[in-house]
Amino acid sequence: MTSTPMQLDPLENPKMREVIDNTISEFGDQNGALMVVLNHLQERVGFITKPMQAYVAEKLGVPVSKVHGVVSFYSFFTTEPRGKHVVKFCIGTACYVGGASQLIDKAKQVLAIEPGQTTPDGLITLEVCRCVGACSQAPVVVVDEANHGRVKPSQFGKVLTDIQKSEAAV
Amino acid sequence: MAYYRSTVLVSMDPACIDKGALAVKEQLINELANLNLSEEVQVMDIPRIGDPETEGPDILVYPEGSHYIQLTTATVGPIVIEHFIKGRELQQYKAQMRDVTDEELREPKDKEIRVILENIGKIDPRNIEDYIAVDGYQALAKVLGEMSPEEVIQTILDSKLRGRGGAGFPTGLKWKFARQSPDTPKYMVCNADEGDPGAFMNRKVLEGDPHSVLEGMTIGAYAVGANQGYVYCRAEYPIAVSTLNTAIEQAREYGLLGKDILGSGFDFDIEVRMGAGAFVCGEETALLASIEGARGEPRVRPPFPASKGLWGKPTNINNVETYANVPKIIHRGLEWYTSMGSEKSKGTKTFALAGDLVHTGLIEVPFGTTLREIINDIGGGIKDGKAFKAVQTGGPMGGCLPEEFLDLPVDYETLGAAGSIMGSGGMIVMDEETCMVDIARFFMEFTQDESCGKCVPCRVGTRRLLEILERICAGKGVPEDIPLLRQLCDEIIQDSLCGLGQGAPNPVISTMKHFMDEYEAHIYEKRCPAKVCRSLITFEILADNCTGCTVCARNCPVNAISGERKQTHVIDTELCIRCGICKQVCNFDAVVIN
Ligand SMILES: Cc1cc2nc3c(=O)[nH]c(=O)nc-3n(C[C@H](O)[C@H](O)[C@H](O)COP(=O)(O)O)c2cc1C
Ligand code: SF4
Ligand code: SF4
Ligand code: SF4
Ligand code: FES
Repeated sequence: MTSTPMQLDPLENPKMREVIDNTISEFGDQNGALMVVLNHLQERVGFITKPMQAYVAEKLGVPVSKVHGVVSFYSFFTTEPRGKHVVKFCIGTACYVGGASQLIDKAKQVLAIEPGQTTPDGLITLEVCRCVGACSQAPVVVVDEANHGRVKPSQFGKVLTDIQKSEAAV
Repeated sequence: MAYYRSTVLVSMDPACIDKGALAVKEQLINELANLNLSEEVQVMDIPRIGDPETEGPDILVYPEGSHYIQLTTATVGPIVIEHFIKGRELQQYKAQMRDVTDEELREPKDKEIRVILENIGKIDPRNIEDYIAVDGYQALAKVLGEMSPEEVIQTILDSKLRGRGGAGFPTGLKWKFARQSPDTPKYMVCNADEGDPGAFMNRKVLEGDPHSVLEGMTIGAYAVGANQGYVYCRAEYPIAVSTLNTAIEQAREYGLLGKDILGSGFDFDIEVRMGAGAFVCGEETALLASIEGARGEPRVRPPFPASKGLWGKPTNINNVETYANVPKIIHRGLEWYTSMGSEKSKGTKTFALAGDLVHTGLIEVPFGTTLREIINDIGGGIKDGKAFKAVQTGGPMGGCLPEEFLDLPVDYETLGAAGSIMGSGGMIVMDEETCMVDIARFFMEFTQDESCGKCVPCRVGTRRLLEILERICAGKGVPEDIPLLRQLCDEIIQDSLCGLGQGAPNPVISTMKHFMDEYEAHIYEKRCPAKVCRSLITFEILADNCTGCTVCARNCPVNAISGERKQTHVIDTELCIRCGICKQVCNFDAVVIN
């Protein structure tokens, strides 16, 4: 993901446009297709902009307001690009009891951003979520798709250096 | 390219480097050169091997796979000589064989009976033949070959199987209603939304034994007369989704799903649909709306899904674990099944133990096992020698129970009567350092965040409850807050449309009932007895204990700690945000809370 095309709507980017069209034709043709299409768009494109919502509405023959209503209802759907890496703190019960709020404090200090925000270099987005189902390893931090369990505040810097290192290695 | 007979991987984790991994590596290369082994043994960096904190610096030698730990420049030499010249492993520097047991699911303890969890970890969930080898799909064959739909329903009724999704509704009765609905087509839905934070029983079953759920659904579909099924799985469980999809494909290949299953003329197929991060979608009518592709908002019942569900058609919806029970009941028989459990609830229940216990993870016990047996005998009691304070069951709609309820036999009725609920099986055990007002506040934050907003009492009421609880935790509570909380709880319960709103006040009601002293301490004395609520505590470093190791200062997120190395450190209470990290990282018990 480079930074310049991000300014454009994915619909204006021929490659992304193809991804979007393929997704709609692959999943658009079943009962309850809207959720399925949106789930795959979120996964493949990374976010679902207003113009994309209008496009999906047109293609599936449903009102734009319905698409918008669905996108805004579910917390997994985002309308803006997130950072290249997403660091998610579980604040489910087990993780809360296990000290998740201290981890968040530490992350805020290290990255100087709040949950919901992305670092200015676009590298890392902090998010919170409710229970990823790995409660026996609370507190859990999810870095991209990988769960890190029993994270102590003192080890958290390492989670971030791992990301930065993997970036440097690319 | 040179041919190496061995490779030594050196962990280059930052913590290992801190502890001298670079010098160890240099020494290793020198030793190998001295012994003329440079051509034979290759040295490579690797990001991380073992736990850097306890095992670093460490190396891994291939092809043997020997893991040497806690190395220093002095120990590397002897290891190289023993290993590469004498061909022996130096045991004193070798890591113990890592404990590879699954932390989420350990070996069963004495009081457990594993029925639903029995195959997990023992069969390959991505190979249907493994499931068939443990008598999988025998129940389906029996049902399709020998039983009428009515007989299947009667068997499930006689088994007294109750829904494991929380409410405990008799499954056979639900199936009977769906069968009796005249409209067609009918649908079979599996609720795999598992939104209760702290619970992951359903995920484990889907990831470890997916065919048991598919088989149960197929038997149910035959009983109610459905030809299409959906599993609605939360988006947080991508591995469960992919395991399920593989299982469905394999079942189709084997003629266990699709047209004319096992030559019986019965057609049934299953699709997986994913949620998108909304807790309320676990509520059955919201879940159905979500499968239809809409916002997951609950609707008024009746009509119940059994008469008007998916796309307005009769729909049966059950939890993952409910379905997983079905093949076992059919295959092993009623006598076996009903021999387990309490009077009104037969069989077993899985729980996800979490919180301040020695052993956390999944367990499975017959209904009627007491909370004390679960917590002490299976969970190993409270860890770190602390005292028990409360056990929370039933998730955000559940309640907290204190010590005097621990001898209750666990089932739907007893937990309900005690002011909590059975729920889906999350069980969080809290020690004396947990503030019960803060826990109530935490749950209210959850429900107010997850309220779908459709009805006012739930949307506005939960926000008001949260504001009051936040105020109390901040030391700004007033005596009138207590009756106000009670009144709001009553209103929310009475006027909310779905189970989320109706259950949302439960954590507040149960903590007020059993831990009123803590509410009062916050309100009247501006004191948090468990020393948790940040506005009511201060942190201090005891000069007598502080060694000036600087660890706390380096970890404080707001740089509130100052002090020279080897000198007593001090906390600037103005800057301190009371996060408690310093107390956690100090190895000398020098940080105390006042
Ligand atoms: C807010 C709310 C959340 C729920 N979440 C779940 C859930 O995650 N999993 C589940 O099986 N049932 C959940 N339920 C219960 C379902 O509505 C329904 O009762 C259940 O799926 C029926 O299956 P069973 O009879 O097999 O228990 C929830 C109910 C409410 C009100
Ligand atoms: S009770 Fe709450 S979650 Fe349920 S429908 Fe009403 S607003 Fe939505
Ligand atoms: S960590 Fe403990 S011992 Fe070390 S400086 Fe801080 S208070 Fe003193
Ligand atoms: S409690 Fe947190 S903010 Fe306060 S001194 Fe300790 S580490 Fe710093
Ligand atoms: S509460 Fe964090 S993983 Fe379950």
